[in-house]
Amino acid sequence: MTRPTPETIAQRIHANPATVAAASTAHPPVPTAAPARPAPASPVRATGAGSLVKSLEALGVDVAFGIPGGAILPAYDPLYDSTVRHILVRHEQGAGHAATGYAQATGKVGVCIATSGPGATNLVTPIADAYMDSVPIVAITGQVPRPAIGTDAFQEADIQGITLPITKHNYLIQTADEIPRVLAEAFHLASTGRPGPVLVDIPKDILQAQTTFSWPPTLDLPGYRPTLHPHGKQIREAARLMSSARRPVLYVGGGVLKAGATESLRTLAERTGIPVVTTLMARGAFPDSHRQHLGMPGMHGTVAAVYALQKADLLVALGARFDDRVTGKLDSFAPDAAIVHADIDPAEIGKNRAADVPIVGDAKFVIDELIGAVAAEETAGRTGDRTAWWAQLDDLRHRYPLGYDEPSDGTLAPQYVIERLGKTAGPDAIYCAGVGQHQMWASQFISYEKPHTWLNSGGAGTMGYAVPAAMGAKVGKPDAVVWAIDGDGCFQMTSQELATCALEGIPIKVAIINNGNLGMVRQWQTLFYGERYSNTDLGTHKHRIPDFVKLAEALGCIGLRCESAADVDQTIEAAMAINDAPVVVDFVVGKDAMVWPMVAAGTSNDEIMFARGVRPAFDEDEL
Amino acid sequence: MSKHTLSVLVENKPGVLARVSGLFSRRGFNIDSLAVGETENPQVSRITIVVNADESPLEQVTKQLNKLVNVLKIVELDPVQSVQRELVLVKVRAERTVRSQVMETVDLFRARVIDVAPDTLTIEATGTADKLDALLRDLEPYGIKEMVQSGMVAIGRGSRSITTGPALRAA
Repeated sequence: MTRPTPETIAQRIHANPATVAAASTAHPPVPTAAPARPAPASPVRATGAGSLVKSLEALGVDVAFGIPGGAILPAYDPLYDSTVRHILVRHEQGAGHAATGYAQATGKVGVCIATSGPGATNLVTPIADAYMDSVPIVAITGQVPRPAIGTDAFQEADIQGITLPITKHNYLIQTADEIPRVLAEAFHLASTGRPGPVLVDIPKDILQAQTTFSWPPTLDLPGYRPTLHPHGKQIREAARLMSSARRPVLYVGGGVLKAGATESLRTLAERTGIPVVTTLMARGAFPDSHRQHLGMPGMHGTVAAVYALQKADLLVALGARFDDRVTGKLDSFAPDAAIVHADIDPAEIGKNRAADVPIVGDAKFVIDELIGAVAAEETAGRTGDRTAWWAQLDDLRHRYPLGYDEPSDGTLAPQYVIERLGKTAGPDAIYCAGVGQHQMWASQFISYEKPHTWLNSGGAGTMGYAVPAAMGAKVGKPDAVVWAIDGDGCFQMTSQELATCALEGIPIKVAIINNGNLGMVRQWQTLFYGERYSNTDLGTHKHRIPDFVKLAEALGCIGLRCESAADVDQTIEAAMAINDAPVVVDFVVGKDAMVWPMVAAGTSNDEIMFARGVRPAFDEDEL
Repeated sequence: MSKHTLSVLVENKPGVLARVSGLFSRRGFNIDSLAVGETENPQVSRITIVVNADESPLEQVTKQLNKLVNVLKIVELDPVQSVQRELVLVKVRAERTVRSQVMETVDLFRARVIDVAPDTLTIEATGTADKLDALLRDLEPYGIKEMVQSGMVAIGRGSRSITTGPALRAA
């Protein structure tokens, strides 16, 4: 039985996930081996709090986002002169999303810290968010002293119980001596296998207790054995189907990004000539400019991507989970397709759609082995002819490209703003969206060429994600231009973190796509509720409350406003030229723009609407 | 839907039962019966869960259970290839006039009287759910004053053991 050690954890946290995964499997770590960093510390006396901070240092944590409070206070004393940079946020939700943004941009584990009770419960939303999107974060919370647990003490909340269904695992630490081991386990669990959030709750008396800190600890996770290497027989079967299919599609999900498998994916796609679709969580996993890329599938996917899935005779799902926003009505999803489903989480396989060829493994290993198996098929003279398939898909791409109409009322088109932003900031910038119309447009109208340049809240759909996540991304990637593309509704949920950005020197850029409304909800009211706009007007247009320029300035940022298409480019350029302070641009856009194409919730992908009242004409005879 | 018996070996740590039972309720499963106890290895507990479920949702819940970090191993026990037992303690009205009849029923089911009062007998019985149902049906006419029943425990037939394997050695 090989157990992970802090050495492997440190590697995973610091290096490219792919190479680490390879290294850790190829050379199983020796449990007692000396860690790469730091040198094994001989046991030293410390408080529980000291042991916690030393553990974070030993794990290579460079930054943590948090807010102190009564129960966690002992931890903040050793943190005061630690090498771990603590960023004092304005709300714990901001700390959680910042940790997520940091993790998504860097591939390393994000860390957030909160006190007991309301501090901890304010982390619930970002933890749930990270759980849905499989993001490796570790949340550290203070808890009331052990004798007070269960007495409804001041600021007591059972955060372990509360987060049970939304964490990969969680801990309530029982003794000060176990702090290093639990922290090491938390980081290991968060970052390996299917990544996810791990919460560590530490009672105050344990933080204050005397203990000895020694490193590295030995992990004790006998029930945790993620399968990294796929089964050879399944790989060969998948390759056989891939080489014989006439209408195959590579259905790429976020797992490909997490596994660091984007280069391998490109090799596999080019070798086989199979069309690629990338889900909302996988934007950037395959270059948008690549000829084989059909775009995003799903509720607001491209016609070509949705059609390709529907008409495919083979779907090769790689690190994707057949989410309802992709499949539409499940019964009628891809009715003729055989399914190859590869995922590191066995529970995803067959959960929504039965798999003909189930493959459990890390996407990097799966794809690399598929490349070999496909090559063997080629050698044996078996290659599929996809000329007809590509002719159909190219025709659809040509007839139904992503696009938008200029608003008839002369207002600024939100899609234009986002399109220009993507062109100006370019493929090296990191784009971080909130949730709603602006998120969909940002996924559609910006060309993603590189992995980890698109961050968003996919599974949970957490409004308020963008600003704090952009903050975390900028901390993790200080040299990258980081744009938060946010809605006026989302922005108002977490804009307080701009104060953090201003004070901590985190010069993010925020584009508020301000349509004065909860735009996506309003779109549904337009389409499905007879244009009865119940509680979706935010007053940000009508009353200019808040005035986002003034708000930005009050928060220590530079505020700009743009209200016409003619000013868009120069406003973006002005924002791009500012590198010493956070910038907020209030793009005042029309309220009636809608996200198209659209598959209405609960309907079949076959019912995709290209625009309001416009159904694409599929030439069914060709199939 | 059909009945399935899952033997779930878990680390003997606080909160593990909550993780397991929470997962069942969260995924929309009703647990018919649940029994928990230590195994021959004090670091390992064994949870026996009986659920009524179709094959495919059961597979999903088993996979989700396997993902719990504290879960070491899950085995579905085949009803034919395993021995299943439940325990029932039942307090039955047994006035002098019917006492011998009640005693006869107790003997018939190889149950035992474990407490005697002037007007009641308390009976302990183990067996399969069917046998206990039959016993209770026969005692019913005398008047059942109180009854408590354990969850089902089950173990595979033959010499093979499910509590071996790398994960369990390590635990």
